[in-house]
Amino acid sequence: MLDFNRNHFELFGLSPAFALSRESLERAYRDIQAEIHPDRFAHAGEAEQRLAMQWTARVNEAYQTLRQPFERARYLLELQGVHAMDARNTAMPADFLVQQMEWRERLEEARTAKDFAALQRMESDTRAQAERLERQLAELLDERQDYVQAAEVLRKYRFMDKLRLEIDQAMEELDTP
Amino acid sequence: MALLQIAEPGLSTAPHEHRLAVGIDLGTTNSLVATVRNGIAVVLNDEHGRPLLPSVVRYHRDGSTVVGYEAQTQASRDPHNTIVSVKRFMGRGLKDLPDATTLPYQFVDAPGMVQIKTVAGVKSPVEVSAEILKVLKARAEAALGGELIGAVITVPAYFDDAQRQATKDAARLAGLNVLRLLNEPTAAAIAYGLDNAAEGIYAVYDLGGGTFDISILRLTKGVFEVMATNGDSALGGDDFDRRIYCWMLEKSGLHAIGDHDKALLMGKAREAKEALTEHPEVRITAVLSGGELIDLALTEQAFNDMTESLVAKTLLPCRKALRDAGLRPDDVKGVVMVGGSTRIPRIQAAVGEFFGQTPLTNLDPDKVVALGAAMQANVLAGNKGQDDWLLLDVVPLSLGIETMGGLTEKIIPRNSTIPLARAQEFTTYKDGQSAMAIHVVQGERELVADCRSLARFELRGIPPMVAGAARIRVTFQVDADGLLSVTAREMSTGVESHVEVKPSYGLTDDEVARMLQDSYAHAQDDMAARNLAEAKVDGRRLAEATRNALAEDGDNLLTAEERAAIESLLQALEMALAGDDLQAVKRATDALNKGTVEFAARRMDASVKRALRGHRLEEIDV
Repeated sequence: MLDFNRNHFELFGLSPAFALSRESLERAYRDIQAEIHPDRFAHAGEAEQRLAMQWTARVNEAYQTLRQPFERARYLLELQGVHAMDARNTAMPADFLVQQMEWRERLEEARTAKDFAALQRMESDTRAQAERLERQLAELLDERQDYVQAAEVLRKYRFMDKLRLEIDQAMEELDTP
Repeated sequence: MALLQIAEPGLSTAPHEHRLAVGIDLGTTNSLVATVRNGIAVVLNDEHGRPLLPSVVRYHRDGSTVVGYEAQTQASRDPHNTIVSVKRFMGRGLKDLPDATTLPYQFVDAPGMVQIKTVAGVKSPVEVSAEILKVLKARAEAALGGELIGAVITVPAYFDDAQRQATKDAARLAGLNVLRLLNEPTAAAIAYGLDNAAEGIYAVYDLGGGTFDISILRLTKGVFEVMATNGDSALGGDDFDRRIYCWMLEKSGLHAIGDHDKALLMGKAREAKEALTEHPEVRITAVLSGGELIDLALTEQAFNDMTESLVAKTLLPCRKALRDAGLRPDDVKGVVMVGGSTRIPRIQAAVGEFFGQTPLTNLDPDKVVALGAAMQANVLAGNKGQDDWLLLDVVPLSLGIETMGGLTEKIIPRNSTIPLARAQEFTTYKDGQSAMAIHVVQGERELVADCRSLARFELRGIPPMVAGAARIRVTFQVDADGLLSVTAREMSTGVESHVEVKPSYGLTDDEVARMLQDSYAHAQDDMAARNLAEAKVDGRRLAEATRNALAEDGDNLLTAEERAAIESLLQALEMALAGDDLQAVKRATDALNKGTVEFAARRMDASVKRALRGHRLEEIDV
């Protein structure tokens, strides 16, 4: 019998891997939603309505996790018993930290100068960097099964994610009159 | 009962019976009701053939009310007791209304939501909205010739939890069974998308009377997926009227004018705005109560200049929504315009410029929301098979709780697909701490003070432990209406404390009962008869759902004994439904509900399995 403890990949009929076909994931998500969404049970009994809501919430959670690269990698590592974001795992290579400081200086300068074009350049630079890290994650997780290395790359990815969020916020601030 | 084996899921075995359901657009300025008749969505007109019902309620001393056009024409005669644009007050405290002092009402600051003093007593915005809904309900029942099984009520996508809860309470008070609260732009997308077989990314720009929404949707094979939504729940066509009104005062050299004249001039301002969509210049004339004559000419250019900042204010949420969806304006395949205010030429031009394309205006911007809501109501009522569309909507504003130092910890980020549940663990900060205050907030800002406070509750009975040892799991659950409930539980010792909150602005069942009593004191209705009728509707719905479920899956999912047990509960319910004993109906309904929990679970599993069939199943032990 199906149960709530089935892992996210199994729920969508996918093999557990970092590299995944977005299209297959989206199709499986839509197909499941078409069967279990609360809208399908609006005229059913109370018990079915409640279950439909719980299942849909569960499927939405799984979908959100799998479609975001960071969450997907973290989840894969957790399935291997590796808690990449554990507070004790904070060591980062020095060159990466130096690079981060440079990024942040650039961000601060662009923000103070209200330089929207500079923020847009940063956005595309950081996106390229994030894509590089995603390729590394795919190799480490799916081919080499090197989970310790993968956890370190994931922590770098987290830094980039946060930085990109801050760039977004800075752009939004410039937009707001 | 014949035991049919049905191959296709979702096909009802009951004889084909059209269930009466409607979609209601409960607007700031105007409201509408629509239904699906012979497969086509139509707006239901009033007895004079008018589709709109102005959202205006006038209270008389004896407690009776006048709603709609008649109330609108009386607004300037009795401004204190004629409530206009009540939607602006839904789920709002006095401090949330920056223009409260310029309005002709006597506000009473009640916890959670303002109330208004009228000749018929103090009225909550929920009660005022319920008067509008009652008129629409009566209109629909007269047109359709029967009792409604339910309604889909639309709300602005950017409405927060307090505003949604208030809307649902108003429907309850009007005696409507709410099938779903549906976001207005999503409703418009259904009406537009199904009419035009649209696929791809669409933006819905919805400028209503008092609210602005922008939603970005992806339409794929019958799935309407909201990718991001944004807006301003205090910006709408009303603001354009007010700009004209202020300009009229300035041009006429008037300062303080009475409430009667104010209502008169606001009406003139609205008429002028509407006339300007078709004429380059309009003349505004009015005679005030003191005999002063107002005679002014307003050009489209002057109107555009005085409202330019309002138009600009709508483009900011457009940019934010696109950014949240990770898209650029040129990714958008079409822009659907919704709301009467989008008839303003300057708005069409500005939106066209922003998205780099001419906006779509082939659907009546006043009706499209109600039509989409009617289509969704028809599906939710069970009038169609499984081959229909599916809506995947989102929560518009982040939800979180207050942590140390007045900071917000977000638990559910904005634009998360609903329904959803998410848990986060927190801990105590003092040794031996036995209680924890939980403050639920909604909004994007970091400081709690800048977000909307939704509810406060306390988790008590935490066993004494050193600071940081307790593990308090706070679970947020958002249902398909976008409504939140919060649970907190202490996990570390196995001792569980459990609190369920309904946010504080929501009306308790007692309050709703009191309001119902009040309204029936005037309507000479019988509460007991009404309660029985409602219980029977619930009971019949459950009996029918159970019969269908048994016919579809009774053979393959239940043993003979299990099936017999359910059938005997069903029979007991049918017996009770034949009688007139309220308690017996409630007891039998409850018993059948409880008795079918396991069956429901198995059916749901079967649904998930069915959904997975056709996908790669090698690693699943189905």
